[in-house]
Amino acid sequence: MSDKTVKTERLSVFKTYKLYIGGKFPRSESGRVYEVSDSTGNWLANAPQASRKDARDAVVAARKAFGGWSGATAYNRGQVLYRVAEMLEGRREQFVNEVAAAEGLSKAKAAAVVDATVDRWVWYAGWTDKIVQVVGGANPVAGPFFNLSTPEPTGVVAVVAPQESSFLGLVSVVAPVIATGNTAVVVASEKAPLPALSLAEVLATSDVPGGVVNVLSGRTAQIAAPLAAHQDVNAIDLAGADEALAKELEIAAADNLKRVLRPQPVDDWFATPGIDRMTAFLETKTVWHTTGALGAAGSSY
Amino acid sequence: MTIEKRSSAFEYAPAPESRAIVDIAPSYGLFIDGEFTEAVEGKVFKTVSPSTEEVLSEVARAGQADVDRAVKAARKAFGTWSALPGSERAKYLFRIARLIQERSRELAVLETLDNGKPIRETRDTDLPLVAAHFFYYAGWADKLEYAGFGPDPRPLGVAGQVIPWNFPLLMLAWKVAPALAAGNTVVLKPAETTPLSALFFADICRQAGLPKGVVNILPGYGDAGAALVAHPDVDKVAFTGSTAVGKQIARTVAGTKKKLTLELGGKGANIVFDDAPLDQAVEGIVNGIFFNQGQVCCAGSRLLVQESVHDELLDALKRRLSTLRLGDPLDKNTDIGAINSAEQLARITALAEQGEAEGAERWSPECELPESGYWFAPTVFTNVTQAHTIAREEIFGPVLSVLTFRTPDEAVAKANNTPYGLSAGIWTEKGSRILAVANKLRAGVVWSNTFNKFDPTSPFGGYKESGFGREGGRHGLEAYLDVR
Repeated sequence: MSDKTVKTERLSVFKTYKLYIGGKFPRSESGRVYEVSDSTGNWLANAPQASRKDARDAVVAARKAFGGWSGATAYNRGQVLYRVAEMLEGRREQFVNEVAAAEGLSKAKAAAVVDATVDRWVWYAGWTDKIVQVVGGANPVAGPFFNLSTPEPTGVVAVVAPQESSFLGLVSVVAPVIATGNTAVVVASEKAPLPALSLAEVLATSDVPGGVVNVLSGRTAQIAAPLAAHQDVNAIDLAGADEALAKELEIAAADNLKRVLRPQPVDDWFATPGIDRMTAFLETKTVWHTTGALGAAGSSY
Repeated sequence: MTIEKRSSAFEYAPAPESRAIVDIAPSYGLFIDGEFTEAVEGKVFKTVSPSTEEVLSEVARAGQADVDRAVKAARKAFGTWSALPGSERAKYLFRIARLIQERSRELAVLETLDNGKPIRETRDTDLPLVAAHFFYYAGWADKLEYAGFGPDPRPLGVAGQVIPWNFPLLMLAWKVAPALAAGNTVVLKPAETTPLSALFFADICRQAGLPKGVVNILPGYGDAGAALVAHPDVDKVAFTGSTAVGKQIARTVAGTKKKLTLELGGKGANIVFDDAPLDQAVEGIVNGIFFNQGQVCCAGSRLLVQESVHDELLDALKRRLSTLRLGDPLDKNTDIGAINSAEQLARITALAEQGEAEGAERWSPECELPESGYWFAPTVFTNVTQAHTIAREEIFGPVLSVLTFRTPDEAVAKANNTPYGLSAGIWTEKGSRILAVANKLRAGVVWSNTFNKFDPTSPFGGYKESGFGREGGRHGLEAYLDVR
């Protein structure tokens, strides 16, 4: 009998790619998937095609997570973001392969992308407890008042991730949103969603609370439209929307005056970012407090 | 009133933290250029556990020639280290922060053994702050252009740093983390009574793969510190310690291009108004003066209490003090540990005796002191006036001087009536009063309805003879950057 056994290479196990909503990995409510191919047209996997309902579920999850995440200390958020970098470093091989396939890069170039992505998490991990010091401050008002302006996260941010840079670009737009305490609903690159869906697995094992980042894959326009119109979304980053879609989404976003970050031309995702992707999603709160009049006898304080 | 001795209800079985977690070698060298090495002159000194007087280890004692070697190593390392991209320096510091977190219990036990402070403090305060400090400054290393000191701030060069024995590893973190983040290299001299945690830190630098010579550790006495401060190839001097030594250092660097920051003594006023939440205030007062046996430069060593609540507050305070447990620092229930050295104990003892001799009223709870080691019972002096020595001089021990006031103006005047200006506390429910009083206090740190709070994001440092420069926060970077 044994001499009849045909010797073959071991058959690999495919991964079922799923959405990431509220810390869980559901299939799309729509029951639909779409084919994802590499740059030369070879089939890589089927990705879930998120529906409007998935988008709404993701907003609910992001809203639910907002209180805890924005209320965590900046130090704590920094530790968590740094943990993401640690976990990502450990999965370097996997992401090099995925990014190479998704973006048609050589292994060496894909490795450089993944390294830069790990470093990007570290860069933003360091910002969590500094952004307040850099953009906030005391105001010397002309009167006996303590007057302090501090930035606060705006809330739930919909992020239309860049279409081309499926991993470094993705992290470059997601990390600044959550570093400051916002929660995010991310629409992954339509044609290259797999690195984003795999990143969700890293987030799920990195002490990032469920719901802080939610990842949807599918048709960008179909998912972004309900997010842009959603009354419980506070802001939207249009990084991955083309000109026509960006305009349409910005119009929808005006309905509840979402903060809108228009698509920015990015020549080089490797370049060290500035702080504008954080400040775009911050509110400034100014607190006044009387210091007591130091009048006549100075006795009223 | 009489204070009842707290009896059985408060008796605890011993709950010692195991010292097996830390492996102290019988001897240690200096850490120069990435290697442990003997002192050129071959001198050594012993470091003892202040709670038992047991010799913990024998440590190489740095001299002038060793300072020279260490500064050379730091100079050699400076070129490469300062030229690294900030993001790479950041990752070294993040590694160090993580290694400290991983080894924090070991380091806490070590610190308690070498310093004498309670394990509860090293475990819950010192070590978490040490790790957080490295974590915070790690993030600055690649963001210096955002710190507000110009578009391209540069490091200074070699930093000579001399630290005290009261928070050995935390003071190291306050010095080393911002220095490295800004791109400097360092030569650090820990205090002669507490050299061990700095030497363990040297090992952490090795584990982190930190390039040789970036951090050099020179255990030794004041002569080594003086040699380091005076060394012509040192660009930056940072010192934490007594005001007397700080003034000497200021004279030493006079006429040079060395940048100097000093974090010196204090005689902090803790001001309690009649509308203060008294129970909270009592906790704050206890924390203010008995935390770390009062061996804290920013201790609230002068209690200024509004006359109308004086008696009530003092009763509550004495009741609270009688529940404090003094003893084995490794016991997790211990509130008050050992005084760091025989020398410090003698100084505290002498000043307390002087307080009594000058007419202040001395009180301590019933408190049995262990037979070996250096101990001093928590002590409160009432009827203290501003003329008393114990109201003017820094005691650096668990001794509280209580003064009274009637009006806010009087409180401010008394609080500011000192050559020091490091810290102050304000206790009142009225927000406007907190802010108005804070505005008038000449002190670098003012705590309201809390005391002895520290955070890596928050700048710390003094006015007047408490020194100059700030450590911590965005402001703390300035000390290590060329901001001309």
